[in-house]
Amino acid sequence: MSDSVKDKVIAIIAEQAVLEPSDVKMESTLEDLGIDSLGLVESIFAIEEAFDIQVPFNANEPTESDFDISSVAAIVRAVEGLVADQKA
Amino acid sequence: MNRVVITGQGTINALGHTVPQTLEALREGRCGIGELDIRDIDRLSIRIGGQVKGYEPEDHFNRQQIALYDRFTQFTLLAAREAIAQSGLEFCGQLSQEAGVVLGTSGGGMTTLDENYRSVYEEGKNRVHPFVVPKLMNNAAASHVSMTYNLKGPSFTVATACASSNHAMGQAFQMIRWGMSRVIVTGGSESMLCFGGIKAWEGLRVMSRDACRPFSANRNGMVQGEGAAIFVFEEYEHARARGAEILAEVVGFAMTADASDIVMPSRQGAARAISGALRDARLAVEDIGYINAHGTGTAANDKTECAAVADVFGAHADRLMISSTKSMHGHLIGGTGAVELLACIMALKDGVIAPTIGYEEPDPECMLDVVPNEAREARVDVALSNAFAFGGLNAVLALRRV
Repeated sequence: MSDSVKDKVIAIIAEQAVLEPSDVKMESTLEDLGIDSLGLVESIFAIEEAFDIQVPFNANEPTESDFDISSVAAIVRAVEGLVADQKA
Repeated sequence: MNRVVITGQGTINALGHTVPQTLEALREGRCGIGELDIRDIDRLSIRIGGQVKGYEPEDHFNRQQIALYDRFTQFTLLAAREAIAQSGLEFCGQLSQEAGVVLGTSGGGMTTLDENYRSVYEEGKNRVHPFVVPKLMNNAAASHVSMTYNLKGPSFTVATACASSNHAMGQAFQMIRWGMSRVIVTGGSESMLCFGGIKAWEGLRVMSRDACRPFSANRNGMVQGEGAAIFVFEEYEHARARGAEILAEVVGFAMTADASDIVMPSRQGAARAISGALRDARLAVEDIGYINAHGTGTAANDKTECAAVADVFGAHADRLMISSTKSMHGHLIGGTGAVELLACIMALKDGVIAPTIGYEEPDPECMLDVVPNEAREARVDVALSNAFAFGGLNAVLALRRV
């Protein structure tokens, strides 16, 4: 399951960054990938749609949110957590 | 007081995707109104409109742009591209600091509203795309033109229903006239041909089910259209110094409010706007050769407009030409005055008067020369463009041949 979460999240981020999924590294930050604040909210929307989850993210205070966006790996971990919580 | 000229024009509407295509259709008296191709058409009783056909956003914009551009913004950007390219202007340095964008629209991003209301109300979804607000807002089109062309001066959107574009272009004219800026990109856009947009108009029971026949005794209502027209208004000396082609001069503008009824037009309010534009331009009634009428094809508008023209022009009313091109492109609501300005410029520059098509029977209350059914060649020195909006807000522009 967790591979598929990772693949889907990377696919969403890659589409937003207009890159091939293979060019999106786990250690990349959104800034590295050229994703701005508008791109971030669009990515979060796409993640919510893809996994049917609610992502706790407020664009006013991104660092205060429970949703860690510091790297692609952090986002994948956060989405895995939300997907697991939803199933629990 | 500066002189103001037009150095670029662009459009996309039911008659064509460019100015040359549109002017050809206007000259030929071609009708752009037809069966609507929209979702849930079977639940509408009005099924015709002046829809932009053969248009795919993907041919003009990338995925990210489409995510942010409602159809009315897409139309605006395409028309702006054509107009600014024709003007030959590049916006940098001081010109970029002062050049602005003043546009008219009534509904703004109505397609975006319609689609997202559907999604939350009809489909019961609890999540909408994050760009709904920046996509639907009325000023989105003006802002994207400003961002695309680096226009950093006075920029805003005017919403006065069916007079939006004329009010916007009137503002642009005055801003250059009084020295606020040397260049303003102006005009208007509308894209209301979605289920909710047509359903709302149906409710008023002023829509025709078969055709828009302005001034004809058998007229039975208005027909909606969609699209945009954008113009580059420029200070005359600035345009002359750089050797720009001047399409026409804007010489006068007036606006009035009827202060009487939210939908019924007023003969006095319309007449005051027309005579105000003549006064502003320091013109005599005999100077006017052509009027692009508001001419919606409703019982109320057309007879009120003809009475207002008769009041202002007296005996000269029988010598001037007045046509309604809405018979061909439909009523673009907030964008209509902009598309209709193309017909005024064609009359002045090319000496071709666009006809009122669909004209079948004379109406004793509309006995002016409405240029029925076929375009006419005539030399015109000054043209007026009328717009009389719901809410009783009227705006008339005067243009002169250069």
